[in-house]
Amino acid sequence: MPTLKTGGRLKSAVCAGEIMVVSASDADVELTCGGVAMIDPNGAGEAGAEVHPEHAVGIAMGKRYITEDESLEVLCVKAGDGSLAVNGALMLQKDTKQLPKTD
Amino acid sequence: MNVMMLLEMASGAFPDRPAFTDGERGLTYTYSELFEAARLRAGSIADQGSSRMAKLDVSNLGTPLGLFASAWAGVPYVPLNYRLTDEEIAALLKRVTPAYLVTSSDRVDAFGGLDGVHAVSTDAFLDPAQNPAPVAGEWAMDPDEIAVLLFTSGTTGEPKAAVLRHKHLVSYILGSVEFASAPEDDASLVCVPPYHIAGIAAIMSSVYSGRHVIQLPNFNAERWIELARQHKVTTAFVVPTMLARIVETLEAQGVAQADMPYLNSLAYGGGKMPLSVIEKAMTLFPTTDFSNAYGLTETSSTICVLGPDAHREAVASTTEAGRRRLVSVGQALPGVEIEIRDDEGRVLSAGERGEIYVRGEQVSGEYEGKGSVVDADGWFPTRDAGSMDDEGYLFLEGRADDVIVRGGENLSPGEIEDVLLTHPAVADVAVVGVPDEQWGEAVAAAVVAKAGASIDEQQLKDLVQSQLRSSRVPAHMKVWDELPYNETGKLLRRVVKAAFVEQLQ
Repeated sequence: MPTLKTGGRLKSAVCAGEIMVVSASDADVELTCGGVAMIDPNGAGEAGAEVHPEHAVGIAMGKRYITEDESLEVLCVKAGDGSLAVNGALMLQKDTKQLPKTD
Repeated sequence: MNVMMLLEMASGAFPDRPAFTDGERGLTYTYSELFEAARLRAGSIADQGSSRMAKLDVSNLGTPLGLFASAWAGVPYVPLNYRLTDEEIAALLKRVTPAYLVTSSDRVDAFGGLDGVHAVSTDAFLDPAQNPAPVAGEWAMDPDEIAVLLFTSGTTGEPKAAVLRHKHLVSYILGSVEFASAPEDDASLVCVPPYHIAGIAAIMSSVYSGRHVIQLPNFNAERWIELARQHKVTTAFVVPTMLARIVETLEAQGVAQADMPYLNSLAYGGGKMPLSVIEKAMTLFPTTDFSNAYGLTETSSTICVLGPDAHREAVASTTEAGRRRLVSVGQALPGVEIEIRDDEGRVLSAGERGEIYVRGEQVSGEYEGKGSVVDADGWFPTRDAGSMDDEGYLFLEGRADDVIVRGGENLSPGEIEDVLLTHPAVADVAVVGVPDEQWGEAVAAAVVAKAGASIDEQQLKDLVQSQLRSSRVPAHMKVWDELPYNETGKLLRRVVKAAFVEQLQ
């Protein structure tokens, strides 16, 4: 799997999902989508691989996902059927506070 | 990380929604049209081998197109102030060559002849036939690439070019805007200049939220009111002088209410809002949410917001401290920290006046050729003076450089102005320091009378004497018809000061 660095982009090997890394304090973790390691945006997915049923809640465009210890935060830039997980633990959707419109 | 990603997401999620409409020419880009146009214009910029893209024109479809196409091509976007003189513009252009310049057709010849400047007209830039070759490949995702170079207004000396990297702008948007949060019929009226940070921020936050932007290239209050009604505008941003004109115009039309039921949100910022203007505006727009935003070029726009609820609470408050909140710029955005420090860098407590420092992912604090002025812990000194109350509401007191040093004592012009503005005859006031043989500097006040009122100098001096210490009492006072402001509503204190100095000589 490519290393995780801020601003970097990865895509799912098993669904349409794509993410951008917002912040990563540890580059050496395994980020999966749908239970399979995410790949370089120009890479090709594994033939025949499918979303694992325990990693199938999906990700929604514009939502941010974070690990429990906040060591990794990503932004979903393309929606997909797979869920994100780091070292096997599912990432959580981050709540954002709705702010007044100012510009 | 790249601002193009914001447009890619919008174009993917709602391709057929209108994204930008030029309010004067009536042309519109949908989100997918803007995305595809950016691919072609990025190709045109890349083909010229330019290292910057400059835009010298009023707001039009070329404005968002220029910002996104530059980001795709991997060159900084440099919007220039079209109100400057030809000499000033040429001096700025020389600092950004080799440049791909998009400008109004009457200026192509004047600036296209400069060394290292390839000039095309806005019409040519917008014409698909003249931009046939798409850029090869995707945009870079390096968060440290420069997205925008913005020349600050430079009240003294040569303008500085603030450096805003993709990470600053994207962090600002991710931290303050929820993706696709705008309802499908949301429309935003944008009238701030395209070379101002508020103009850049308006493009990005509208795109990320999925709003339709209506561009008003040259602000005038009648046209603003017309466009707001015509396009059923739901949200808008104005600087204080614009809101004052809108209020005056509506009052002159003799209406009790603005009759803009669609306008949910009206935000303002960029300068000090007179209490009388915002109070009248809240009466004229009874169903509109008002927000006050405070930010700087170097902080990628807004860092503090006084939201609608805080506005209503302040107006309804029975205590002076409660009502004073209405002239506050509110509390820091999530992810932004603010401190007030004294001259020695010590952090001050609630209520004490000092310099405003800010820290956060969106803070750049960097100038081209001058490096970063952010300290080792990430704090940026804004050079704005202010204080914070015990709930974190920030109050601006002018520029730190405007502090008057009288007999070794630091006096804040804002403090004296606030007192003078409470007098019923005073419409507007500017307090500046002028050279004084005995004290080093003396306090001088330029006062504007309300219509039909007359100014009694002694009364005003007595008022300051009774509310503040005697050192704050203006030694010089002059009545002005109106005070000088720039087009974004910033009081031009140096003009006031120069007039006093000339008069005293």
